[in-house]
Amino acid sequence: MIMLSDLRRKQLRAFLRNRISVVGAIMTFLILVVGIIAGSLSPYDPLDQNVYDRLTPPDSEHLFGTDSFGRDILSRVIWGTRISLSVGAGSIIIGMVIGSLMGMIAAFEGGKIGNAIMRVVDIMMCFPAEVFGIMVLVVIGTGLDKLIIGLGIVMTPRFARLAYGSSLSVKERDYIEAARALGAKRKRIVLSHIFPNILGEILVMSSLWTATMIRVEANLSFLGLGVAPPTPTWGNMVREGVNQLTNAPWMSIFPGLAIMVAVLSLNLIGDGLRDVMDPKLQG
Amino acid sequence: MRNFQITIQLRCSDKEMTDDILLQVNDLHTNFYTDEGVVKAVDGVDFFVRRGETLGLVGESGCGKSVTALSIMRLIQQPPGRIEKGQILFENQDLLGMSEEQMRQIRGNHISMIFQEPMTSLNPVFRIGGQIAEAIRLHQGLPKGSAMERAVEMLQKVGIPDPETRVKEYPHQMSGGMRQRVMIAMALSCNPKMMIADEPTTALDVTIQAQILDLMNKLKEDFGASILLITHDLGVIADMAQSVAVMYTGKIVEYADVVELFTLPKHPYTQALMESIPKMDEPVPEDMMLRTIPGIVPSLHDLPTGCSFQERCSQALDLCGKKDPPLIEIGPGHLVRCWHYGQR
Repeated sequence: MIMLSDLRRKQLRAFLRNRISVVGAIMTFLILVVGIIAGSLSPYDPLDQNVYDRLTPPDSEHLFGTDSFGRDILSRVIWGTRISLSVGAGSIIIGMVIGSLMGMIAAFEGGKIGNAIMRVVDIMMCFPAEVFGIMVLVVIGTGLDKLIIGLGIVMTPRFARLAYGSSLSVKERDYIEAARALGAKRKRIVLSHIFPNILGEILVMSSLWTATMIRVEANLSFLGLGVAPPTPTWGNMVREGVNQLTNAPWMSIFPGLAIMVAVLSLNLIGDGLRDVMDPKLQG
Repeated sequence: MRNFQITIQLRCSDKEMTDDILLQVNDLHTNFYTDEGVVKAVDGVDFFVRRGETLGLVGESGCGKSVTALSIMRLIQQPPGRIEKGQILFENQDLLGMSEEQMRQIRGNHISMIFQEPMTSLNPVFRIGGQIAEAIRLHQGLPKGSAMERAVEMLQKVGIPDPETRVKEYPHQMSGGMRQRVMIAMALSCNPKMMIADEPTTALDVTIQAQILDLMNKLKEDFGASILLITHDLGVIADMAQSVAVMYTGKIVEYADVVELFTLPKHPYTQALMESIPKMDEPVPEDMMLRTIPGIVPSLHDLPTGCSFQERCSQALDLCGKKDPPLIEIGPGHLVRCWHYGQR
């Protein structure tokens, strides 16, 4: 929907009244900008090694210090933004599209088809995100694209469950029956009658789960299953720093802070969205 | 039941009469399979609707009125529901034999439906105009622009002031009466031959009810459509219908033209219903109590043997507890399902 409906406009206004969420939105926007213009923002090449300057603490030359190969931590955190955000957003989009479709179809069709879809979803939901991510990545291999696809698969059942629950209640509303009585096709009922009515909830969870995905990416990178070095991601930077934690704590602290800020900003947005979209809070 | 079918066949023997009948339902059975057992929500219902006629289907809650309507549209949720047998002839084509695709061409196009709850029957995230235009585009293949123009025209026909602005509004910006007008506009947008109105005025307050009923009557004339009007309100029936079918526990217990039904009700249930309407021109009963029908509608899970009304009937005979009476014709076009009228 390019044109905002009255309802959406009202919700936008309510969202803007929530100061903390606006701060979250601004911070997310800034992080996005950092990720996009990483090239012109970073003072050094993130892969440039300089053995003479290894493990220097933060100073005016290297604001965040350097790591054990003498690479500039600030530049690496800036470049890592791009990777971490791509993983977060990419996997959420994959999970959202496939999962929502699965959930809506399962709810709308019901019966055997619905049962089959939801039982597969249940099986996938048995595993915590990290464990399931490890399993998927072990099968499909590592690399940035594989990581995004893998985490997308991890998120699919979660979106499917969410879409299923919301669609079940929307499906029983009178206007769905009215649409059927007008002779609307099933595809049309699912996509143009059910989907817009569950979109709000899906968006809220997307923003919260993007933060989760950044965290999971960090954990997987930490375990060596994420993006392979030397490509910097916040996660693998934290991991590299662990070995030097006592003599060069800045190696882990700064990427860790970046993760914290990103996750916090996204969660603030998600909270604000939830308040705005919750129908119980609408007059 | 057999008698009734013979009657219909007799009446239909004449070619002119056959053309006259738009919708004919024969021996319709719709069951619901629940955890507590099989519920026969519609248990052998026969009726027909002539072109341009309004047939009223009256009965208490849970007597199978709405299920009958949804069965005609083939919109019964399956499972738990299932149309077991019967025929629904619409312009001499059996709807029950049609594919889902063929059925979609019928729904909204030839038979449309008006629902009870105007507050919830419109999709809250779409503009009014888009929702009316959807049906027009679906069935008439008009481009978006012309469909929108038609939507405006329809809103004007149902008496919504300033339709050009109103098409751009959302359902929550309209009152209940307005929304029901929008529903009627949607139902009529493809010039259907038949409208099924399931308690169209139950959710509205009395003054708006009268307006909506007037509107439906007027539009029925303009569009030449037939109406199957489902209601529990005998007053609405008297206003709108030409023929009336009274339903009780999934069966039609009396079928007559509206004047005859109101002046000479034959079935004890119909008589009791008529008596329970408070009348302005009669003295208030001495005990100051309004008449009611004693007892409650028996559960469809556990119907008594014989006539299902016997427990509440003031005129019940021994036979009523043993055998279910057939629907028999006691006068031209007047059918009653009661042992009091012969055929023991």
